[in-house]
Amino acid sequence: MNGVRTRFTVLQRLLHWLMAVCILAMLFIGVGMVSTVMPKYLTLVSIHKPLGIAILVLALFRLVVRIVYGAPSLPVDLPEPMKLAAHLSHYAFYVLMIGMPLLGWGMLSAAAYPVALFGGVHLPAILPQSDSLHTLFWDAHFYLAFAFFALILLHVAAALFHALIRRDGVFEAMAPVSTHDRVAPAE
Amino acid sequence: MLQPHRPPARSVFGSLVLIAVIVGAAAAAFAYTAGWFSPRRLTPDKMVDAFAPPAGAPLGHRKNHAKGICFTGIFEANGAGSTLSQAQVFTRGQYPALGRFNLATDNPNAPDATVRVRGLGLRISTPDGQQWRTAMIDAPFFAVSTPQAFYDLLLASASKDPNAMKTFAGAHPEIAAFGAWAKSARWTGSYAEERFNSLDSFIFVDNSGADHAVRWSLLPAAQPVSVSPDDLAKRGPDFLEQEITERVRGGPQRWTMVVSVANPGDPTADPSKAWPDDRRTVEVGTLTVQQIEAEVDGPCRDINFDPTVLPSGIRTSDDPFPAARSSAYAKSYDRRTAEAADYPRTTTGAKP
Repeated sequence: MNGVRTRFTVLQRLLHWLMAVCILAMLFIGVGMVSTVMPKYLTLVSIHKPLGIAILVLALFRLVVRIVYGAPSLPVDLPEPMKLAAHLSHYAFYVLMIGMPLLGWGMLSAAAYPVALFGGVHLPAILPQSDSLHTLFWDAHFYLAFAFFALILLHVAAALFHALIRRDGVFEAMAPVSTHDRVAPAE
Repeated sequence: MLQPHRPPARSVFGSLVLIAVIVGAAAAAFAYTAGWFSPRRLTPDKMVDAFAPPAGAPLGHRKNHAKGICFTGIFEANGAGSTLSQAQVFTRGQYPALGRFNLATDNPNAPDATVRVRGLGLRISTPDGQQWRTAMIDAPFFAVSTPQAFYDLLLASASKDPNAMKTFAGAHPEIAAFGAWAKSARWTGSYAEERFNSLDSFIFVDNSGADHAVRWSLLPAAQPVSVSPDDLAKRGPDFLEQEITERVRGGPQRWTMVVSVANPGDPTADPSKAWPDDRRTVEVGTLTVQQIEAEVDGPCRDINFDPTVLPSGIRTSDDPFPAARSSAYAKSYDRRTAEAADYPRTTTGAKP
């Protein structure tokens, strides 16, 4: 297909859906683990830390891919406020995908906790030990997690709005598989 | 470009309902996971709240074991522990140790003679970048069998209902042994004369990958001298801190670390049940306390002696307490570091 791309590249779609699963798992694990004293607490924490680092690595890679390949343009008839919301939400997603793992890593560093991944592999501290920095990073990590989930809900609602109501190809641009039969190409 | 195909109005309404249902269900699942629909779930917040005295928890301090003093020193491994665990901390050598002597009370100003249970938090660091953190007490076994029972115990002991403790003891008969220990156990005049016990069971993994269920203790080199609580009360409210400071100034104090290995079938999941005395023990090294520092500016102040911070070669067992302690200690840590302004450091040159 030449000319203007109507869909994200295969790599971008793969990254989107892989990270969608990771991030949703991450947020559910996060709110679940801080709400229990049962042994599953340790299991959840031991997933939360390496998964967070995995998301950080994926997000940085995805940012590079996005800069290289860009994104399909939004429909010309999409109202300006919706276009603005779409663009801002993408910035917010990248800030959160990269920022949340760094906040978590920083929070553990400021508390002098070892940042344990798998099998004795540790990451270095990225902050000096500090009660004030710990509190700042902990608060940010905690409250932004809820903001992140709210943004995802908004994103899902917007995607479904495009898919079911506007039927303007925006959903299809990131759909995991081609849903060509539902969108008629222009003559 | 793609040409939009606008659906009829009725289908738009149906789609909006569908979107609302999907988003609502996701939000509800999230809220359920967070425990917002489960008021009976035992959360770390509830656990930490249960320690608070009626007047509220003292700000800036640990929410339990609130009174304490820092120490630094060396853990010298003799190499014998390597038969049980591949952790570097058991390889013959010297490793820096940081710790905290403490009292099991919610009051950082409690008179020392009024607190029955004494504790020791310890962090040993090894060159491979790993750490072994442990928090031990002088009781030979724990008061109750499960974290939920411990929470219920905290509620019962704070309850105004005169029968609350009786009801609790009826439901948790294991508390009787702890009560008997608290009544009859010797009181000493020094942290240096105390034996400290992990109580919880952990799994050591040796070089062949085999598991060994263990508990550990620190046995004092100093000879314990029994002193009555009345006599201790006359020594002043902070005699333990003054005594250990003087004592260590006069010379380092030592404890032998002894690992007890469970026999098959020993209760690993229940720290209220001591293992029989004839279990195999291995002396793995010596803790030498070389310097004492007040907590307010000391190096232990902002360390969470989370018993689940373990090097590879040690992991948690089926004992449910380390997980509960880890989550509750983290909550206590989050709160007290946020309250640091209420427990100000005394030297401006202290670590940030």
